[in-house]
Amino acid sequence: MEIPAIVGAGLVVIGVGMGIGRIGGSAMEAIARQPEAYGKIQTAMLIAAALIEGIGFAALFAV
Amino acid sequence: MKKKQFISAIFFVLSGFFVQASDEALKDEETSGDLKSEIKAYIRHHLQDTHDFSVGSYTTEEGKKKHIGFSLPVILWDDGLVVFSSGKLKHGKAVHRVGSKYYKLYHGKIYQTNAEGLISYDADKHVTNSKPLDLSMTKSVMTMLFTSALMFFLFRGLAQSYKRNGSIASGVGRFFEPIVLYIRDDIAIPNIGKKHYKKYMSYLLTIFFFIWFLNILGLSPLGINVTGNIAVTFGLALLTFLITNLTANKNYWAHIFWMPGVPVIMKIVLAPIELLGVIIKPFSLLIRLYANIQAGHIVLMSLIGLMFIFNNWLGSSLSFVLAFAISIIEVLVALLQAYIFTMLSALYFGFAVEEHEEAH
Repeated sequence: MEIPAIVGAGLVVIGVGMGIGRIGGSAMEAIARQPEAYGKIQTAMLIAAALIEGIGFAALFAV
Repeated sequence: MKKKQFISAIFFVLSGFFVQASDEALKDEETSGDLKSEIKAYIRHHLQDTHDFSVGSYTTEEGKKKHIGFSLPVILWDDGLVVFSSGKLKHGKAVHRVGSKYYKLYHGKIYQTNAEGLISYDADKHVTNSKPLDLSMTKSVMTMLFTSALMFFLFRGLAQSYKRNGSIASGVGRFFEPIVLYIRDDIAIPNIGKKHYKKYMSYLLTIFFFIWFLNILGLSPLGINVTGNIAVTFGLALLTFLITNLTANKNYWAHIFWMPGVPVIMKIVLAPIELLGVIIKPFSLLIRLYANIQAGHIVLMSLIGLMFIFNNWLGSSLSFVLAFAISIIEVLVALLQAYIFTMLSALYFGFAVEEHEEAH
């Protein structure tokens, strides 16, 4: 368990958090603008979040 | 009615095996004094694939360790087919002799050893014994067979109920009908298009329910970790890769090697990147499913282990609440990962059969 690997993994998790947070934020804005498109926006948000999370987990395993 | 009785009969037969306890004559070497390392060893043991189907173990008063479960056959290919029951390996204690070869189970893998069961290490603490080709029916294989049998009965029942009642589903299949329709209308048709989607529907449906059921089974206390096994997800991603590339039309390959609509110098630059993309896209499917499920299991089991480390009222109850919340999220993740795998596979199939459009 080396220190650079742990620091790198921490940075990746920060990136993942920021990315998913932004997606969630814009999804909320889009739902606020057009409440009837709630289902489609939620689906698209979950897809994008899962893709980003995949990269994040791969970094966690590199530790 | 007959189908329900048949399914319940199978369940009763299978559950009868769980009660049979196998005796352990020798003491386990992993009962070290420290609680934390014992929990770590327990977690690692649960994440690995084992050659016998045991759902737990307990230590009797004499210090003997008993496993609850039954042994599965070990099938090896070592210049010839070698089959024996994994009970003979005694969870890693005994050396089993077949003809002139000796086999020993060490950390979940079967190695060839000499008569005393010597495991030799090299300088990096890696084992240098040779391994035969291991084709055994392990716990994961049994679970996958069970899941496929379950899916077969469920969906055959659904299809036969359509034959009986017109277009109305009845029985247990009623729950799955909207999901099947959702996969057809919202995953297959938008991505693949109305012309070609029927070819791929069977694969997409199988993948979705297979991964979903295996993920849910992994959350049960039986300790079955199938989709958290990189070999399993590798096989699934390999299937997507093969189906994409073997049923692709000329447009797909043209887009990879000689992308239309860009200047010539860009075409030469894009070709290796696109070629890499052909490998990386299914590879990301593999890593995503494996890492999500594996990490979920590790976190969940660590939190449950935290309950035992704290050992007082406040800490243990808080850990329990946290572990419970994480379990709920894991159920959502099980469905979400199956959905993502299916959707991305449908997307790649859509690329493969895309017709030529004029305005690119």
